[in-house]
Order: sequence, then C-alpha cells, then structure tokens
Amino acid sequence: MKLYLKIWRQPNADTRGSMVDYTLDGVESDMSFLEMLDILNEELISKGEEPVEFDHDCREGICGTCSLMINGQPHGPDSRITVCQLHMRSFNDGDEIVIEPWRAAAFPVIKDLIVDRSAFDRIQQAGGYISVNTSGRPVDANAIPIQKEKADKSFNAATCIGCGACVAACKNASAMLFTSAKVSQFALLPQGRVEAAERVQNMVRQMDLEGFGNCTNTGACEVECPKGISLENIARMNREYLFSSVKG
Amino acid sequence: MKKIVSETEVKSPVKTKTPKIKELVSNVPSGPLKDKWTKHKDEIDLVNPANKRNIDVIVIGTGLAGGSSAATLAELGYNVKTFCYQDSPRRAHSIAAQGGVNAAKNYQGDGDSVYRLFYDTIKGGDYRSREGNVYRLAEVSTNIIDQCVAQGVPFAREYGGLLDNRSFGGVLVSRTFYAKGQTGQQLLLGAYAAMNRQIQRGKIRSYTRHEMLDLVLVDGKARGIIARNLVTGEIERHSAHAVVLGTGGYGNLFFLSTYCMGANVTAAWKAHKRGAFFANPCYTQIHPTCIPVSGDHQSKLTLMSESLRNDGRIWVPGKKEDAIAIREGRLKPTEIPEEDRDYYLERRYPAFGNLVPRDVASRAAKERCDAGYGVNKTGEAVYLDFDAAIMRYGREKALTSGMKDADDLTIRKLGEKVVEAKYGNLFQMYEKIVDQNPYKTPMMIYPAVHYTMGGLWVDYNLMTSIPGCYAAGEANFSDHGANRLGASALMQGLADGYFVLPYTIGDYLSDDIRTGPISTESKEFDDAEKGVRERIQKLMSGRGIHSVDYYHKKLGKIMWNKCGMARNENGLLEAMKEISELRQDFWENVKIPGNADGKNQELEKAGRVADFLELGELFAMDALHRNESCGGHFREEYQTPEGEALRDDENFKYVAAWEHKGKPSDSKLHKEDLIYENIELKTRSYK
Repeated sequence: MKLYLKIWRQPNADTRGSMVDYTLDGVESDMSFLEMLDILNEELISKGEEPVEFDHDCREGICGTCSLMINGQPHGPDSRITVCQLHMRSFNDGDEIVIEPWRAAAFPVIKDLIVDRSAFDRIQQAGGYISVNTSGRPVDANAIPIQKEKADKSFNAATCIGCGACVAACKNASAMLFTSAKVSQFALLPQGRVEAAERVQNMVRQMDLEGFGNCTNTGACEVECPKGISLENIARMNREYLFSSVKG
Repeated sequence: MKKIVSETEVKSPVKTKTPKIKELVSNVPSGPLKDKWTKHKDEIDLVNPANKRNIDVIVIGTGLAGGSSAATLAELGYNVKTFCYQDSPRRAHSIAAQGGVNAAKNYQGDGDSVYRLFYDTIKGGDYRSREGNVYRLAEVSTNIIDQCVAQGVPFAREYGGLLDNRSFGGVLVSRTFYAKGQTGQQLLLGAYAAMNRQIQRGKIRSYTRHEMLDLVLVDGKARGIIARNLVTGEIERHSAHAVVLGTGGYGNLFFLSTYCMGANVTAAWKAHKRGAFFANPCYTQIHPTCIPVSGDHQSKLTLMSESLRNDGRIWVPGKKEDAIAIREGRLKPTEIPEEDRDYYLERRYPAFGNLVPRDVASRAAKERCDAGYGVNKTGEAVYLDFDAAIMRYGREKALTSGMKDADDLTIRKLGEKVVEAKYGNLFQMYEKIVDQNPYKTPMMIYPAVHYTMGGLWVDYNLMTSIPGCYAAGEANFSDHGANRLGASALMQGLADGYFVLPYTIGDYLSDDIRTGPISTESKEFDDAEKGVRERIQKLMSGRGIHSVDYYHKKLGKIMWNKCGMARNENGLLEAMKEISELRQDFWENVKIPGNADGKNQELEKAGRVADFLELGELFAMDALHRNESCGGHFREEYQTPEGEALRDDENFKYVAAWEHKGKPSDSKLHKEDLIYENIELKTRSYK
C-alpha cells in the first residue's frame, strides 16, 4: 500500500520544529507500524537525508519506550496496545497518517518524535517504593497471606509501563493515572500500607512540581492506556490523599 | 572538551600494589558444597560503613542484575553511578521476561529442595557450569522471593492468599513464581523502586540515555569509563573504584532475536578488549516458542512464554502431503484427524513430553521442518495446540459447576474461559501480530535466539579477569552452562545483584579504603577518550554506501545459517571468513547521516554493530573449536544415531575463555577445567 505521512521533525530541543510530508510506497499489511518507519528511514538514509528519530526498544509492548501520537491518538487507532504492536493492517492504501510526539509541557521534545519523560522517574523517586533494604533478610514470603482479590488489583495497577500515553491523551496533560497506579499498587498490599500516607503526599507533590495538569475526570487516559489501567486508581489515590491530609 | 565528573579531584591518588592479570582461577571455596557460600561470606574482607562512603562504584546497565546491584551497593553505603542507554532505568529488557522466576521454596510440597534446583540447573546446562556457583544460585533463590514480596512485587496468589507456582521445562516440580505474563516487568520495577529510594537519598546518581564506550584501566585495575551522552553527543569521563557490568546478553548478533532493539555487547566487548576474557561465546539459547518470521521487513521476533508448553501440545502433520497442502493453503490444521498428527516431542521424549528443555525442543522443531513437515508459507513453523487443554479444562469446570451431561460446545466455552484466565494476554499478543485466533486454530511457532549463556568470564566473586571489573546476570557466563532452564534468567540476575556481588565486591574494595577519589585527569583517561573520539570520527567518515541495518542484517543471516541451531565445521569456517570480510566492508562503506554532536540513532547503532562484527567471528571460532555437542551448541558431526547431542567430557569438560589479542581470529584460548565433586556426569536424557 501507499501512504502519505505527515511527521513532526525537530532537530533538537532548542530549535522550532514543523510537520514534513513523506510519501511511502510498498508497505505491507503484516508489517508493524515501527517497521513501516524503519523502511521510511532506510529510504531517507539512502537519499542522504537524516532519518526520523523515534523512541522504541522491546518492540513487544512491554518496555513503554515507544510513544507516538498517530492521527491524534496515543499509540494509534487500535486499543490496548503500544505503537510497536500496531500493525499496518489497521490502515488502508492511500491513507494519510499524521505522526507526532507526545504533547505535554512536562515532556519536552528532545528530537523529532522523542520526548523527555524523566518527570515520571522523579515522581517515582519521590515515593514509589517500600522502604525495605534489599540486603536484609525479610520474613518468609508466605508469612503474610494476601487476599487474592487485593493481590490481583495490586497487580493490575502495577502493570503500568510508564509510557506516558495517559498524559498525551489528557487535555490537561495530567499524570494522575500514572501516579495513582503506583500509589494503588502499594496501598493495596499490607507491605505498602506502612508508608501509604507519606507516599501519596510526596508523589502528588512531585507530580504537581513537574508541571502536569489537573484531572477533570474525562477518562481519556483510561481509554488510551495500552495496559488498561483503571480510573478506579485515581479515585483510590484521591481517597488516600484526602485521608493522609486529614490525618496530617 | 573534557568533562570532569568525578565527585572530587585529588592530585595524586595513593597507589596500592599493582595486581597481575589473574590466571583462570575460579576461586570457588573448598569444603562441602552446601557450606561453600556461607564459609566464603565468613572469610572474605569487609569494608566498614564509614569507609564505604569514600568508595565509588559504577554500574552499567539497569536491568535485574545492574539495577539490583546498584540499589544494594548504595544501601550498603557505596557511592553509586548507574548508566543506561534507555530513557529510564525501568525499561531494561528484563521487563520482557514473561514466564517466571524459579526458587527452591518447596511451597507445593512436591519434593523440591535447594539440591534439586541445583541438580536440575547443572543437568539442564549439560554439565558445563561450575558446581559451586550453581549451588549458591539455588541457595539464594529463596531469598529472592522473600525480598521481592517485601518490596511489594505483586506475585500471583491462590485463593488462600499464599503464593502460586507453576512448572517449566526440564524439571519435574512446580517451583516457578510468576506475575501473570509479566514477571520480568514486576521484578524489574521492584529493583527500579529500590534504586529510586537510593536516588532520592542521593546515594545513586542515575545517568540515562548514556552509553559506555570504553573501560578505563589505571595500573591494571578498572577505574572508570568513557561514556557518550546520547542526547548531547558529549563524551564524558567517569571514575570509580570498581566497575560492574550488568549489560545483558549479545543475542542481537543474530539481528532477528527476541532481544530489544538496543541490546548490545558494546560494554562487555570493550572490557574484553581491555583484558576481560570472554567465555563460551558460542553457547546461545534458541527459544522454541516464538512467533515465526513473516517477511524481510521483520525487525524483531516475539517470544510466547514457555509456560504455554504446560498446556499446549506441539505437533506437525504426520503425512508430508498434508504439510504441503497446509503450506499452499488448501488444508486447515483443524481438518487433520488426530491419527494423522505427529506430536513429535511426546513421541520422542515420553517422560518430559512437551516440557523438554529449550534446546531439545528447538532442535526437534528444526528437525521436523528440515524434513519437510513445516506448516507456514516458508516451511519454518510448527503447531502449538490448545484444543486438548481447552476440552480438558472445560470438562473439569463443567463437573465442578454441577453440569454432568454438558455438550461439547458448552465444555469448549468453559474451557476457553479457563485458558483465557491463564494465558489471555499471550493469546491476545499472538492475535495482534499474526491476525489469527489461537482459541480456534493452533498457534504457529518457531525457534528464535533468546538468550546467551556465554559472556564475560568471572570467578566465584563475579570478578572478570580485569581486577575491579565485575559482570553480573546475563553479561557473565557463570551459571547456566551450555543451556539455561526456563525462569532461571530472572533468578540469576537478581541472585547476582541482590545477594552475591554486593558482598563479594567488598573483598576487593577493602584494599581501596585509603585510595581516595580516582582522578579523571590521567594519561589513561586521556588515551581512552581519544580512542573513543577517533572511532566515532572513523564511523562518521565512512564512504556512505550502505546503512547500518544493511550490515546488521547480513551478519544476522550468516550467524543464523551457519552458527545457529546446528553447526558444522565447514559452515563455521565460512562464517569466520564472511564475517571478517563483512567487517572490512562495514568500516569502508557504512553510511551514517547527521553528525556526532547530538542525538544520532544511526551512530549509536553503528557502534554496536561494529562490535558485533568482531564478536561474531570469535563466536564462530569458539563453536568451531568445541568438537562436541552440548546444550545449545549442536555440532552436526557429533550426535547419537537418534540425533541427540553427543558430549565429549574427556576433551571438552572446560570453560573456553578467550583472551583478546588484536584480531578476533588471533584470540588466545584459556581453559578452566570444570570439577564435579558432587554430581556424576551423565548423558542428559529426557526420554
């Protein structure tokens, strides 16, 4: 199939970028979206032009590195997948495809389609852990039974891959779904309850400092999340935050 | 411009005794197997907490081995710097491990023990690993589970609230702990969280989007690295008292593999060129259950978890004409009656059936496909069928739900639900890629490169042959012999990082308590930086004919065809020659657009492929010299009449550790004899 691509090109963080048009022929339906971009890049290199830079690594939907807005949708038209799992069979011959980086003030562009998501790391550093030493000898793993239902919910929250699609999808560029997933994972486990109050306060403070917007409950994040992280986590984080604020 | 990033500078560091490059001494402690590690921990030197604050350690790679080492070293009090090429430490490819992590907890009461895990691992590795290391791995495996649960890793649980287990290939017990199909991700997030806690305390400085491009030796000791900031292109100097490489494996040598796109051998290869011996490079694991290649455009292969072999049955048509009809699209697999199917693993290996180890399953698939029974367009695929499991689970569910006379359709529906609960995410992944519904038609699978058992040679303390340079996890060669069992990679990465290296490194660093900070203003750093800059310049000045991927794909084809699942003398000789020629072509004609003083993904790839082009030749040479078949290394000349691997313990019961001598083909072989005091060497049989 033949495709008409409009791609955001920006040489570096300090230079203004713009959309550039490319026409690509010979795309097959069983290629992945990123393999389509590989082919475009091979063409550009052979013409002596600079290839389009985009973040990607595992190419199996789990590392959370790839991050493209495709026709205005984070990770493209298919649901519950990352861009690297998107296949060209989702498109038709002659389609125009607009490819942009994540758009959020807290995720500045590094080059072309690559953004800086280190704000997510800093939110995790503010409290996304249980303060237990790895070098110690903790109690036996089965000493504290955990209700399967709670363990499963905690796992579901923990499946967040930190890709940033939630921020990209949100009109306010809010990071509430991301932050609440980590808060929830620990809040649901007995091991995590000990520091729950301090954790939610610290993580929310850092989230605000990074310049992410507020949540207005539109739920766009949940729809676009490749791992299906539930809005329930945001509600839980709000409860945790309120309790911890009242308790002081 | 030089960038000085050492914490503080001193004019002349205090020099300690100059160490000699060590001969191949494994340093495995003497004494009974089960006391070795305890005894060793009691006897090695420690660094007191106040002195740890004056010692810097660099950790390259932030996967399970690197991340867990960094977190633990920082907790102990060392000043740690971590480096990863990804944009966050959390993204290292450990996250992609689906199936689980082994531990000899014996929660199932099925007769598991530390000894049994040790024995299974040695046997699974085809008697090509060190007894002492493997026993220690089995011993600390139970700590991993305790540790991870305390960190909030959400493992799968049973309704009673206790941890659940499942079974993996090559073993007869259920000792694998898991978190659905995301065990690696959850364990890595645990290590990442532990790192984050130390970053927040200021004990770890995390450098993301950075790549190590050389190891710096001062007075024969590893004292720092040269790194490139991948965003700005700046070349940086970083010094430390020791350098830990947790940089993973080198399977991307094959271009197509289940590794992430960025995985590379560069850090390990630079250490090799500086004096670290590279051990058993030809031991590669080819994983039997991957999604087959669909075309030339393919950039990577996707693994389907080994856990699927708990319930899936592997088969090809028993009649060649049926296989041809399937390939031509005239016949569907579901139309082939039971008696015309060849469940070849169950036929050849009745004791282990579909749960034979990976090397055995992969070779058996290749054997059938080579014989003309493959089932996709290219003839390189076999079926993994869940129909029997769906019906079996369905019948059980019907009975437990009180339905005594349920019809087949109801049973099938109930069974599909059970299978979905167990493997839903894997089935979804398969359907997204292949566009076929695995509940209705069998999956197609084929082996793909997945893991490398070979790596930097290390002693019992995980130190390479360069004093002060350590290697942990997949980057070292130590525990899996010639073949790794499923769910043992996560176990080894975390065992090395949480429980072994942080202690053994103290024995070395105890000599450094009076050294003071290492200066980056020395001839050694000057020379290393100059070398890195010249190499980048050379890459950028290629004549510009072919892209980096062109060379990488060519190398991958040579490797897969001549150094893959089956190897022979002629093929390996050809491979060595072809790789050497390709390397020369690469340096003359590679085309890298853009420039080196900013983000440039082509330049990043080029540096990595240049190193693969050297390693590939050494790999072939190692495979050529090993005139036997063992584990993942199968030489066609050495097999039993039934086509099983034929080991030669008399001549090859050793670790092949290669010393760099300029060209890969000039590398010098050192042998570490493997001593078996506790296990009797046997022919590995899963029949």
